Amino acid sequence: MSSYDSIVIGGGLVGSSVAYGLARRGLKVALLDEGDVAFRASRGNFGLVWVQSKGLGVPEYQNWSRQSSVLWDDFAQELRQETGVDTQHEHKGGIHVCITEKDFAERKKYMEQMHLEAGETRFEYEMLDQKALKSAVPEIGPEVAGASFTPYDGAANPLYLLRSLHATFLKRGGKYFPQSKVAAIKAMPHDFTVTAGGATFNAPKLVLAAGLGNKALGPLVGLNVPVDPVRGQIFVTERVKPVLSMLTIWVRQMAEGSIMIGESREDAGYNDVTTPEVQQEVAARAVTMFPFLKDVRIVRHWAALRVMSPDGLPIYEQSATCPGAFVATCHSGVTLAAAHALRYAGFVADGVLPAEVARFTNKRFDVQNAA
Amino acid sequence: MFKTLLESGVTVAVTINGTPFAAPAGCTAAAAMLLVNALPTRTTPVTGAPRAPYCMMGVCFDCLAEIDGVPNQQACLITVADGMRIDHQSGKPTIKI
Repeated sequence: MSSYDSIVIGGGLVGSSVAYGLARRGLKVALLDEGDVAFRASRGNFGLVWVQSKGLGVPEYQNWSRQSSVLWDDFAQELRQETGVDTQHEHKGGIHVCITEKDFAERKKYMEQMHLEAGETRFEYEMLDQKALKSAVPEIGPEVAGASFTPYDGAANPLYLLRSLHATFLKRGGKYFPQSKVAAIKAMPHDFTVTAGGATFNAPKLVLAAGLGNKALGPLVGLNVPVDPVRGQIFVTERVKPVLSMLTIWVRQMAEGSIMIGESREDAGYNDVTTPEVQQEVAARAVTMFPFLKDVRIVRHWAALRVMSPDGLPIYEQSATCPGAFVATCHSGVTLAAAHALRYAGFVADGVLPAEVARFTNKRFDVQNAA
Repeated sequence: MFKTLLESGVTVAVTINGTPFAAPAGCTAAAAMLLVNALPTRTTPVTGAPRAPYCMMGVCFDCLAEIDGVPNQQACLITVADGMRIDHQSGKPTIKI
């Protein structure tokens, strides 16, 4: 049996971010990763560092997301310096495109409400009507009604992010164990023994960051983690010269020239196959937004499963029965990567989740708290 | 460097990088480019490295070329046709808006 300061279960973006954050603070960390049988949301996502749509009615979530987008600026540099891997982070703002006048009117109300709720933390935004949008984004389609802009939004390359997190974790002395699906957890307060991949690990701290796998792992350490899959389907095109003037929530151009096109939401259970119906819908909407896309060839199409809680917010909790065991789960592993590495890992290291993240407790799902 | 194994004598008129060429009927655009030694046939979109047709059977995607104004075509899978324009592709193609 090998001993560590902390065990992190889950080698995707959330687990790698927290594991790196812990190693960065000098803790001896074991990162357990299941293998390619896992659903691996971190390898199928769109890579936005997105803020403007986060947290209507929950300003804590808006603040947490915005804080992460600010932390991302230095975080991307840190990862690049440590590993030589460029996460292709950009932070120049982004637009949520509204195709119909009705979408635009609803979006306007949404953004006004976000502004009101933000209070003194402010929420800077701009509604771009058809003319303003056309001037900012000349390639936009003639049918598009408008868009909302905030300067907080950005993006990264999710695959390079994952690679750099793993590299920097190893560089800081972290130990990575692939093909290590958890077989058993023996949990006592501040004393966790995990059997995985034929080996046994012991540590006073344990972080569950296994995405959809947290649902089954949580109860082993006294944590209720009610997450379910929401399928998304994404296209990627051939590489072309820079053609998109601005980052948008559904269409983005990567640094190498590929254009990624999303997004869809379906309840399809644990089924991550693509479907022609959704393909058609996503493609049609993309061409309405950007008519030039009709001449750009699709080279790949895939589906992945988002890790979604009942209210869409992250779940951050420490076990009451087995203190020292934490859970971190969300559907925004890219957006929140910086907050997870630079802040959440610190909470785990200190052993206390502060008021700042109290809103994300799993107690909100207790039946007594149901409205 | 390359030559055809069987000469039927039947040709179609294409242009390769703007130069007229009587290509053997039934050959592919990639084969036509090889016959006139129009190499490299493209440069890659990220590093600009030179490339030429390689597998000639639609697998490796190294033969990408601009054909009749459409970029990123697999030249080894497209049969020459009368009047076809076959052009070298430099890095990432430009999309018209």
